[in-house]
Amino acid sequence: MSFFKRLRDAIVQKSEEVTQKFTDGLAKTRDLLVEKVEDLVRRYKKIDDDFFDELEEILITSDVGVNTVMELIDDLRSEVRKQKIENALDLQPILSEKLVNLLKNDEAADSSLNIEDGRLNVVLFVGVNGVGKTTTIGKMAHMFKQQGKNVLLAAGDTFRAAAIEQLEVWGERVGVDVIKQQQGSDPAAVIYDAIQAAKSRKVDVLLCDTAGRLQNKVNLMEELAKVHRVLQRELPGAPHEVLLVLDATTGQNALSQAKTFGQSAGVTGLVLTKLDGTAKGGIVIAIRNELNIPVKYVGLGEKMDDLQAFDPEQFVHALFAGLIQKDEAEEQENA
Amino acid sequence: MAFESLANRLQNAFDKLRGRGKIDETVVNEAMREVRLALLEADVNFKVVKDFVARVKERAVGQEVMKSLTPGQMVIKIVNEELVALMGGNVAQLTMAHRPPTVIMMAGLQGAGKTTTTGKLAKYLQKQNKKPLLVAADIYRPAAIKQLQVLGEQLNVPVFSLGDQVSPVDIARQAIEHAKTNHLDVVILDTAGRLHIDEALMDELKQIREVAKPDEILLVVDSMTGQDAVNVAESFNSQLELTGVVLTKLDGDTRGGAALSVKAVTGKPIKFAAMGEKLDALEPFHPDRMASRILGMGDVLSLIEKAQASVDEEKARDMERQMRQGEFTFDMFLDSMQQLRNLGPFEDILGMLPGMNKMKGKMNVDEKQIARVEAIAKSMTKAERANPDLLNANRRKRIANGSGTSIQEVNRFIKQFEEMKKMMKQFSGAADKMVKKSKKKGGFGLPFMGKGGGNNQGGMNFPFNFKPPFK
Repeated sequence: MSFFKRLRDAIVQKSEEVTQKFTDGLAKTRDLLVEKVEDLVRRYKKIDDDFFDELEEILITSDVGVNTVMELIDDLRSEVRKQKIENALDLQPILSEKLVNLLKNDEAADSSLNIEDGRLNVVLFVGVNGVGKTTTIGKMAHMFKQQGKNVLLAAGDTFRAAAIEQLEVWGERVGVDVIKQQQGSDPAAVIYDAIQAAKSRKVDVLLCDTAGRLQNKVNLMEELAKVHRVLQRELPGAPHEVLLVLDATTGQNALSQAKTFGQSAGVTGLVLTKLDGTAKGGIVIAIRNELNIPVKYVGLGEKMDDLQAFDPEQFVHALFAGLIQKDEAEEQENA
Repeated sequence: MAFESLANRLQNAFDKLRGRGKIDETVVNEAMREVRLALLEADVNFKVVKDFVARVKERAVGQEVMKSLTPGQMVIKIVNEELVALMGGNVAQLTMAHRPPTVIMMAGLQGAGKTTTTGKLAKYLQKQNKKPLLVAADIYRPAAIKQLQVLGEQLNVPVFSLGDQVSPVDIARQAIEHAKTNHLDVVILDTAGRLHIDEALMDELKQIREVAKPDEILLVVDSMTGQDAVNVAESFNSQLELTGVVLTKLDGDTRGGAALSVKAVTGKPIKFAAMGEKLDALEPFHPDRMASRILGMGDVLSLIEKAQASVDEEKARDMERQMRQGEFTFDMFLDSMQQLRNLGPFEDILGMLPGMNKMKGKMNVDEKQIARVEAIAKSMTKAERANPDLLNANRRKRIANGSGTSIQEVNRFIKQFEEMKKMMKQFSGAADKMVKKSKKKGGFGLPFMGKGGGNNQGGMNFPFNFKPPFK
């Protein structure tokens, strides 16, 4: 059975609707990547240096990091030499399988959130400016609410103008309370208040917003470490999740963000937002390959329910839908 | 540091190709491979890189290498010049309407920093004695209007809002009327963030443009944007005919290749760079500095400028004269340390030096160690500082006590100092030969040295003196 068939079978059990969302949200990425690879394979009968150059171009244009691409191309070159592949068409499945492997989470790195019933779960959101932290919190609050959980929000972004109001609007929309102080107050104090409130109100999930900060600002990263310490002190085991929110449009700097936030805030997972634009997804490959932080959620649109748990198989399916269909057609012909 | 600096990479590539007087095809190909990788790692779009590399190659092949440069430096020089040219030679200005109010429209993706930039722009205009009006045309994002109002309060600038139930087109129309009747001369429209492929919202922007007839349509671009920057810029430009670009979040550690991509596909100038959280952190965009940054050459120009501003010219000349005579005293050492100090924390200065960026993480600059060394020098008597030969064992003991260090430390410092002095003597004795010598070594040094002119050799002497001790 072909690799793609196995992949597809793995997905069939999953709800169609969710798959549809992935497919729609990633349509642009998929079209770009798949069409280009197909076109490339068709044009080049023989595998030569130009072929690899173009393949490199396609991958880099999708923001797959330069290092990752170079490794991949080297791999493919040696594979071609070993198996004495001459026809570009024969290389295609090898390429696809390698890409899929890069995207798949390890067994160990589970993409589900560390949320348990019967205790207060604390999720801390961190990231640079403008990636969509507050929006993601709004969406996630909605998600937990749908699951019947008791949710509380903490307005820890005390820096940006009207960030507190923005979270409050989300709180109203979703129907959950927001713990806040004035703009300019100490975020650690807000988080302290929130955790006390969460305890006394018997809340299931506390979602903590923080101000966006560039990872090279030492003082601001220290502030974040303080928030982290307060959480640890006030509730053993907290924060149960520290989610780094990444904008999918970001280029190579996303790696630097993941590294630095990982060090000072103990990031446990990534949320990749704005995946509904053009040519995205490549960054996921780079992050998977170079850092061992799993992608947990992806933002695929502007609506309240446009936040989806990251499912590598569905992600891959959406990315390579074109390839899969082609593969199947060929199999039928052969049969 | 995630990226190896281009200067270092090129040096490695050129180590193999030493001693050629002309830049031939092999040299260029080797160099271009590294340039290409550096640009890609900086997030410059692939196609833009391709065109760029082709153009540089054409120009570089067959070039005579300038006397004072290695082939590598020559290639960097060409790359840098082309990059600056591509990024738009000079600092661009805002277009002001002949008849006020001038209308500036901000557009961009979500989270690029439009609202914050709008506030910063208002502050910038205020400083030029303009009276701006901020218009809250983002009716979609929760609390976007409130955010602009808070900024307006901080700046003491009026904010025009009709709430979030009126269409942005109407808001724009009425805002301009409002500006006219209240004699406000610049109207800045803060529009909602949108995806460039969202047809409905892009149409809305077109309608606002019809109504407001803006003098400037500025695309706000996050400098961390990856390869997708070209699609975004191309799309906004073709639908709105931009007049310029604002690059945000440049105070991060991104190389900002998006700047190059955006400029290349739109042809529109980058007018401003946003460099920080504060409202006055908006600066006119300097293409030359951005070129260095993308190449990973450190912000050499900024450093030189900084050095020029804070180094006492006269003292430097004095020192230069003394050094030419082979003199180097503790007084001079203290002076140069002081001048270095004026430039800012050592780590920052190192970061600005090309090639040093990579070291920054590994080479922990111990400010305390520097302070100890200074204390030792300061514990000497005037006579001792002027004439280091006086320092016998007794005096050294006293100095150690006086500076709170140990004799060993004092000895080590004096030894180091003597070595520096020896070096100075060699340098000043053979100043002219130096240029050739450094070339023969194939040494890369610092890109701003050796570009001809005497102003450059000083870089080698870091950390003693930023001014050239010799011509």
